[in-house]
Amino acid sequence: MSGIYDNMLIIIFGIISSMLCAWIVHHLKLFDVGAPLIAVKTLKFAKYVFWLVVEIGKSDWNIAKVILANDINLQQRLIRVPVGEGSDFSKMLYANSITITPGTVTVETETDCFIVHALIDETADQAALADMGSRAFATQRGEN
Amino acid sequence: MTWELIINLLSWACFLVGGFFLFVGALGMLRLPDFWARLHAASIIDSAGVGLILAGMMLQTGFTLITVKTLLIVGFLLITGPTASHAVASAAFVSGSRPKDIVEDATIEPAKPEKKKRAAKTARKSKS
Repeated sequence: MSGIYDNMLIIIFGIISSMLCAWIVHHLKLFDVGAPLIAVKTLKFAKYVFWLVVEIGKSDWNIAKVILANDINLQQRLIRVPVGEGSDFSKMLYANSITITPGTVTVETETDCFIVHALIDETADQAALADMGSRAFATQRGEN
Repeated sequence: MTWELIINLLSWACFLVGGFFLFVGALGMLRLPDFWARLHAASIIDSAGVGLILAGMMLQTGFTLITVKTLLIVGFLLITGPTASHAVASAAFVSGSRPKDIVEDATIEPAKPEKKKRAAKTARKSKS
């Protein structure tokens, strides 16, 4: 990745360290290798990322307004967001999307719901979160 | 020449807006009342600030190997940022911390205010 390919020693070090990492992960049996990533629909995933960036932009602006307001006016709440059946990958995608969107943070994951902390009224919108969830789940093959 | 100018203007716009969001995030860190709200200020820095500044850098470098590396940095940040804030939030939640002036709390059954913390803890234990 550095654009320098004429030094064999560095390349060999790179190969050795990446193989070591792969072996450690495999040995720890941390996860089911490759299966969830293969099931991702690439085009839908790209669309989802684009949509997510737009959503992040919108809520960035919302939270920035809250911070810059003269008197800070918060309506903090912890809400339960139901999560349907799905693979671990799409649940991870959903939870991470909630967290990366300013204004909502996934606090705890349970088997059938997430506990989400919302900063203000607008972000504690169950319908919008459910919409995000269905979009996240649609990126996986065999689920809709 | 004009193309270069357009790219320069775009990337400077990215830098300025990204810097603005970094500033807002830092201000939020100071102004917001408690841990839970400050988490959201960190989230702004994570997404808008870093994202826009790296986008500006990508425009500056043009389409080279460095752009690919910058894209990879954005990708990794988009994965690790929320994971880290989730870990912090989860630790705070498990240790019994609750937001100040909370409007609605779905995690505890109505309990006496002074026993709020303990009730939350036992509720969690019985679930797990």
